[in-house]
Amino acid sequence: MSVPLTLLGLLEREPSHGYDLKRDYDAFFGRGKPLPFGQVYSTLSRLARDGKVVISDVAPGSGPDRKRYIITDVGATEVEQWLTQPVDPEPHLQTVLFAKVVLALMLDRPAAEYLDTQRSAHLHRMRELTEIKRAGSLVDALLADHGLYHLEADLRWIEMTGARLDALRKEVRP
Amino acid sequence: MSVVIEARDVEFAFGQTSALRGASVAVEAGEILAVMGPSGSGKSTLLHCLAGILVPDSGEILFDGARVHAMAETERSSLRRDRFGFVFQFGQLVPELTAVENVALPLLLSGVHRKQALPRARAWFTRLGLDGLEHRRSGELSGGQAQRVALARGLVAEPQVLFADEPTGALDSLTGEQVMDLLVGAAREQGTTVILVTHEPRIAAYADREVMVRDGRVNAPDRIAS
Repeated sequence: MSVPLTLLGLLEREPSHGYDLKRDYDAFFGRGKPLPFGQVYSTLSRLARDGKVVISDVAPGSGPDRKRYIITDVGATEVEQWLTQPVDPEPHLQTVLFAKVVLALMLDRPAAEYLDTQRSAHLHRMRELTEIKRAGSLVDALLADHGLYHLEADLRWIEMTGARLDALRKEVRP
Repeated sequence: MSVVIEARDVEFAFGQTSALRGASVAVEAGEILAVMGPSGSGKSTLLHCLAGILVPDSGEILFDGARVHAMAETERSSLRRDRFGFVFQFGQLVPELTAVENVALPLLLSGVHRKQALPRARAWFTRLGLDGLEHRRSGELSGGQAQRVALARGLVAEPQVLFADEPTGALDSLTGEQVMDLLVGAAREQGTTVILVTHEPRIAAYADREVMVRDGRVNAPDRIAS
């Protein structure tokens, strides 16, 4: 999650105070990991330094949070570019699991059992995400779904690998 | 919690083809168990043995202390009618009956009078978001609606165990998850034990735990502490 781009995106909705940005970030993107105030203000300072936001006015009243930030054309262009560019498909190719399976076969260890244990751990996490989905808001459900589909893809790989263990064993232990 | 239904070392063959080879599984009261496994692994055969639809060649099926494998067909039939509920991949609604009559069917077959059965069936329409569809026939329902009607029919008689064999297999992802959400919600509310056969991990994730069936045997992973 890119904090500067997310804050810029929130600012494109409307000019906001740092406090409001933190509140909305935590509500939609924080997911139990709130953004520290310090990070909000340091990020906003950098965005202002780089010409992506300007400080419009200092509202009257008490408290430290009196500056209102407005996105600039430069900032809006960056948000636009970020939103329209696809995210890099994760290229990790199951490195850890793959290495474990191959090594287990090379070392004549029970690779199928390791895969079973991994499947069980994946399903356990999927149950947790399903509970979050059932109990939470639509935003929670959407996030949980993202995790669920990724875990499901891993599980398909586990199934396929499990079905090919005998062949793979011959290849890595000639 | 106590075990309500159990298979012990069950073997079953279709002619020369062995489907179950010493399958054992125990399900606790109120538990939602997912039975997973690849096609042809024996998971549906296991469900059919547990439900008293098939009689094992050897081994035992125990339900609430009773020896299901040793019962006569009439006794197993009563068990299925009075204590078990069923939902299959395709709703298998009776096309000549309206949706509400389909839901009421298990009650009517158990001897509940129509005057009592139909209101009980109608209550499920509100519960499962089916209001207004009571008098439609199965051909006039979407796949998701038909499956929710089938779910209502499976649960209307408040069975001790609901057997669900790929209940979302014919539905798209979103509709399938809505059906699962309703199934789990209703089962938990009335304390029904659910045995859910599925090959889809996202559907199995609605269960409390899963077992894998492979080559006719059950492989239950160690439980992971929550």
